[in-house]
Amino acid sequence: MRQIAIYGKGGIGKSTTTQNLTAGLGLMDKNIMVVGCDPKADSTRLLLGGMAQKTVLDTLREEGEEIELDAILKPGFRGIQCVESGGPEPGVGCAGRGIITSIGMLEQLGAYTEDLDYVFYDVLGDVVCGGFAMPIREGKAQEIYIVASGEMMALYAANNIAKGVQKYASSGGVRLGGIICNSRNVDGEKELVEAFAKELGSQMIYFVPRDNMVQRAEINKKTVLEFDDTAVQAQEYRNLAAAVDGNQMFVVPTPMHQDRLEELLMEHGLMDI
Amino acid sequence: MDSRDKVLDKYSSKIYKNRKEHVIEIEAGEPQVIAADTRAIPGIMTNRGCCYAGCKGVVTGPLKDVVNIVHGPIGCAYYTWGTRRNKAKGDEHTKDFTQYSFCTDMQETDIVFGGEKKLRQAIKEAMEIFNPECIMISSTCPVGLIGDDIHAVAAESERLYGIKVLAFSCEGYKGVSQSGGHHIANNGLMKYIIGTGDAEPQKYSINLLGEYNIGGDGWEVERILKRIGYHVVSVMTGDGSYADLKNAHTADLNLVQCHRSINYIAEMMKTKYGMDWIKVNFIGLESIKKSLMDIASYFGDPELLARTEAVIAEELDEIEEGMAYYKSKLDGKKAAVYVGGSRTHHYINLLKYLGVDVILAGYEFGHRDDYEGRDVIPSIKIDADSKNIESITVTKDEGNYKTFHTPEKIEALKAAGVPLEKYDGLWSDIAEGAIITDDFNHFETEEFLKLLKPDIFFSGIKDKFIVQKSGVPSRQLHSYDYSGPYAGFRGALNFAKDMTMATYTPVWNMVQAPWKSEPTLVGSLGGIE
Repeated sequence: MRQIAIYGKGGIGKSTTTQNLTAGLGLMDKNIMVVGCDPKADSTRLLLGGMAQKTVLDTLREEGEEIELDAILKPGFRGIQCVESGGPEPGVGCAGRGIITSIGMLEQLGAYTEDLDYVFYDVLGDVVCGGFAMPIREGKAQEIYIVASGEMMALYAANNIAKGVQKYASSGGVRLGGIICNSRNVDGEKELVEAFAKELGSQMIYFVPRDNMVQRAEINKKTVLEFDDTAVQAQEYRNLAAAVDGNQMFVVPTPMHQDRLEELLMEHGLMDI
Repeated sequence: MDSRDKVLDKYSSKIYKNRKEHVIEIEAGEPQVIAADTRAIPGIMTNRGCCYAGCKGVVTGPLKDVVNIVHGPIGCAYYTWGTRRNKAKGDEHTKDFTQYSFCTDMQETDIVFGGEKKLRQAIKEAMEIFNPECIMISSTCPVGLIGDDIHAVAAESERLYGIKVLAFSCEGYKGVSQSGGHHIANNGLMKYIIGTGDAEPQKYSINLLGEYNIGGDGWEVERILKRIGYHVVSVMTGDGSYADLKNAHTADLNLVQCHRSINYIAEMMKTKYGMDWIKVNFIGLESIKKSLMDIASYFGDPELLARTEAVIAEELDEIEEGMAYYKSKLDGKKAAVYVGGSRTHHYINLLKYLGVDVILAGYEFGHRDDYEGRDVIPSIKIDADSKNIESITVTKDEGNYKTFHTPEKIEALKAAGVPLEKYDGLWSDIAEGAIITDDFNHFETEEFLKLLKPDIFFSGIKDKFIVQKSGVPSRQLHSYDYSGPYAGFRGALNFAKDMTMATYTPVWNMVQAPWKSEPTLVGSLGGIE
């Protein structure tokens, strides 16, 4: 079982990329579980064809002790098992603690079955506290992919996440599998992200071009692969899935100091924009 | 090497550098400086409590007609339930909830989704079952982490139920000790309660501040004050009440017993209402006499002075014989005293009277002014930890501001030795050669016990049994074990009796295992005995 966590700056397209990626793996007949670790509980919407999911934490709150796995685990596209951790509404409580509780609950309920090929954790934004680092702690995800674009703030966030990965890599077995570039059509984007990934000691595992097909599929509550598997973008996601499936490069990242990061951005002409 | 050096010598250089400023030997001559009110060193077994313990445990907890709701998981409420022996009695006018422990008992889902809903429910239940005039909410650590807005819940509940609801953000991790909690509680009481009542001012009326009625201390002090003819408006906060506290501003004079925990209110009331305050000490015969005479001198009524002298004489007469007996038993003994941020000082006078030398002393959470006197306050460096505790400022309340004496008269009283806004700290009474340990810890306690061999050790529950297991009697001066009162004239007698019993109990002769002093096997070698 490969456990993979997807991190990245808020709004960069983590959930969209994760769902299209897992759909691609699903089409390769892999057994997959996707754990949404965002209080908004929208990480599995495209796989399920809408927000049909009851979250682990809501179920825990309402049902108390008597929870059945079926109540929180819903099969979606290609039989992909979908779970939403859930959490408090914005501004109250502790979403980080919620993720810890909810992953603990999944383990207790035996959601991690032997026949799973992949478990994906789609984690909200940057690593903001211990709770959001839960999926990369000892015994959980061994592989991290960071979704980024050629925009400065996306790379800042990616570098910060790499710092978190580096910390947990020294205490556990977590490794960085690569940077997924979710293109924003920035000039020289591919080269910049490639250079950035190299500087981290890692790789740009795939360059996903920008295509409005993604938005069309999203409006229809579907992944691109389900919505129109003949589309050009569908092939891109299939390629991404194949790249992740065949990935052999797992490293302890070497995050950059601020100065070096800014230097790198200048080298690639980002400052001229 | 002297005892201080021997103990400090065991520390690593980094720890030594810190602790050497907190452990000093009292020398004659120059006024001595001690480091105090700074962070305890991680890993050292400090005897300190937390911010919540200072706020709810010490200051707000004793208010009897207040439902004190602890917002958090159950532990903090449970372990502060009835452990402090702050006695209270209700009557037909005043409810008494001090025997209860109220808590929202937060569970995991409350942490994740926020606990405000549960807090509202707790307040609703408290209203339905107990119908109090005032509710106080104290937060514990997790509430601060998840950010429940307890102040908004308090404001909303005030409107909803038409009663007074106060919220205290006194999460345990705040500040360096319980001292921060005292300050937070003082701010709340001053801001929202004191001055909201409309009682008619009465003659010779006083407030008793920093008296928590441990073992009935406050009752004994009140008995004496009333005998002389004072009107006690409010006691802060032992056996105190919201109902009385509202009218505290109508008194003429504030008496401050525990300087550390309540001097903030005394100072703020001086600014806001013009009320003078004097430092008193009702522990120890000489201290009580001086305090009572100081109060009478403040009011300056010859009749009151005569009455004070008469009461002192009568009270002394009652205990004289007993005190003389216990003095004969205790004379020449040596004691260690480690309590609170003021209490250590309070007992020195009483021990001195009994012929007992204090050779080792200190505070858990005192500030430099509690050791060195208030004169050092301007020179105390404010650090990030102290800035982190809110310090409020008050302004003159024109409607209620009154001055009892002219500034000239105040100066004359000060010159005559009445301690108006004055406290000289522990230094004023401690004997030369005594060792002082600020923020004392278990290691230093054990080491100093071995080196200095006091006959009795006065502190609290955290170290009592370590001390007793090493063969030294111990009495708790936080809770008085199960005894008290120790304040006032009769209290002095109780204290002397308890100390005599503690030191003379035959058990201390049996602490040494028999095989340490006598052989357990007898035999012969080669026929020779």
